[in-house]
Amino acid sequence: MTMGLWQNWVLPGIWVTVQLLVYSAALAAVVAFGVGMARTHRSRPVRFAATAYTEVFRGVSALVLMFWLFFVVPPLLGWQLVPMWAAVLALGLSYGAYGAEVVRGGLAAVPEAQREAGIALSLTPWQRMRLVLLPQAVPEMLPPFCNLLVELLKGTALVSLLGVGDVSFAAYLVRLATQDSARIYTLVLVVYFVLALGVTRSMKALERRAKANLGVVAK
Amino acid sequence: MNWDWSAVADFMPRFLDGLLVTLQVLVLGSLISFSLGLVWAAGLRARTRLVRWPVTGFTEFVRTTPLLVQLFFLYFVLPEWGVQFSALVTGTLAIGLHYSTYTAQVYRAGIEAVPPGQWEAATALSLPAHRTWLAVILPQALRRVTPALGNYVIAMLKDTPLLAAIGVLEMLQQARLESAATFQYTEPLTVVGVAFVLIAYPASLLVRTLERRLVH
Repeated sequence: MTMGLWQNWVLPGIWVTVQLLVYSAALAAVVAFGVGMARTHRSRPVRFAATAYTEVFRGVSALVLMFWLFFVVPPLLGWQLVPMWAAVLALGLSYGAYGAEVVRGGLAAVPEAQREAGIALSLTPWQRMRLVLLPQAVPEMLPPFCNLLVELLKGTALVSLLGVGDVSFAAYLVRLATQDSARIYTLVLVVYFVLALGVTRSMKALERRAKANLGVVAK
Repeated sequence: MNWDWSAVADFMPRFLDGLLVTLQVLVLGSLISFSLGLVWAAGLRARTRLVRWPVTGFTEFVRTTPLLVQLFFLYFVLPEWGVQFSALVTGTLAIGLHYSTYTAQVYRAGIEAVPPGQWEAATALSLPAHRTWLAVILPQALRRVTPALGNYVIAMLKDTPLLAAIGVLEMLQQARLESAATFQYTEPLTVVGVAFVLIAYPASLLVRTLERRLVH
């Protein structure tokens, strides 16, 4: 592969993949905490809506969702989504649904007595969530979130099918230019592997710090 | 909003063809991943590092890199190596191989979850190795792993649309062909999306029931 291909397509492609990962992870985190906490809400309609959300978005393929957001929603609403944002929206909404399950599981794992103690101190539900439950639940959520983040990174490759110039799309272009499939696709697989390694390393460090703050030693 | 029921009706024959291909990929892909996963699981438990390390490295690599890129890799590189498969076969292989690295972890966890006493009992009865595996360990391990394997079949279902990228005529590709022919995107894509929920939701309920019956 020549220097030009590397500089013009592959490097910018890696950068686009990283951006996609950051934006859709941010959206997924908002969705995961919003929907996950809603699933523990007192009111039945709120719980029902949150459950319906997770079942629907975990049921649909992320790629179908992406095509749907790109081709179906714009004519319905009368505006157009840039492919990049259709992609971020699809990834964030669907991986957020998986994350909501992690949040719900994390909250459920906090001992019942902690919630009762919050009630005894007459904390409001929101104070209980913010001051008692979440600080204990979040460190427990980090390992499953790490797996989810790697899945999300893999999911970003789908955007190349909408023509977003991520590293998978770059691979496609380089293959057309060089006809050397084995080399470019091996290289791109290694790029994803290294990015995933970066994700797992930083999540591990985060977990260790979060658990140290709670006085627990991370495994 | 302009929803056109006649477009849904027009899409139905194509949709059903696509559904059939999707299910075909799913069944064959599951069989490949279930059997290949067992091979990896054996490799992960091998006594010699010469086997354990390459299998660990390979499965980790496949598990942490995108299926779509692996799909293109197989689709474009296999012919260069002189192996010629149809898109459908390549796609099914890719999905089976990708998920075999997940099922390997499931099998491994299932085998490790069998209480040590069971191994000791088999030794005490001086059962030969193959009897220990077939009569004692695997029946208990497979019971535990069935729900987890079910979850990966559902995950595999949601990855089958990726095969549209190499032109396999599964549900999404049929929807794309329909849209290209009629310029109506809304109905075909929505039908496919709804089909996924209608298959995945009952399937996940089934897995949850299995989990209650078999594991707890």
